[in-house]
Amino acid sequence: MHSQFALLVLFAFFVSLVFAVIARDDPKAQLRFGALVLGAFVAAAIVLGWLMYPFPL
Amino acid sequence: MPVPAATTPQRNQRNPRNPRHQPEPGSLVLLCLAAWAIPGAGHLWLGRRSKGVILLIALPLMFGIGLMLHGRLFPFTMAEPLVGLAAVANLCSGLVYFLAGLFGAGAGNVRAVTYEIGNTFLIVAGLLNLLVILDVYDVALGRK
Repeated sequence: MHSQFALLVLFAFFVSLVFAVIARDDPKAQLRFGALVLGAFVAAAIVLGWLMYPFPL
Repeated sequence: MPVPAATTPQRNQRNPRNPRHQPEPGSLVLLCLAAWAIPGAGHLWLGRRSKGVILLIALPLMFGIGLMLHGRLFPFTMAEPLVGLAAVANLCSGLVYFLAGLFGAGAGNVRAVTYEIGNTFLIVAGLLNLLVILDVYDVALGRK
């Protein structure tokens, strides 16, 4: 798998999973918190990606 | 219209599963060692089965994906402090770190496209396990 975006989502999934499991006790709250963290990770990556777009390597 | 009383849970109510108590230091050390060696083992030990099973699957899987992405297990060297810190983070993954070394995995392939991503997976898997150990410590002390 060489898609950078897919790997980013996979990474964000694992991190948000562990965060949710640690931070919340109730399964529903874990699901809600995990989805929020996952969405925040992916959204932040997309926004930062576009912000870096004008800069040359 | 009367408002029903106590429709929201009491936030400051003490969790009956975790009365505050002082475990023996020896057992606390053993618990943290188990949590380090096998991710999720600490939670399983404390009877938090679902959390333990999720961590037991997720963290070694993340470590394995890091290896599959040609990530590197960094050597302990203080000549380059960041490499030394990455090595410490790798070590926090527990027994899978030694298993990977035993099977010759984790050499890393710097020419692979996914090398840096693999490193990120390996390092973060270790750091997340460190966070899990701290969580186990808090649970054992009755703070959570």
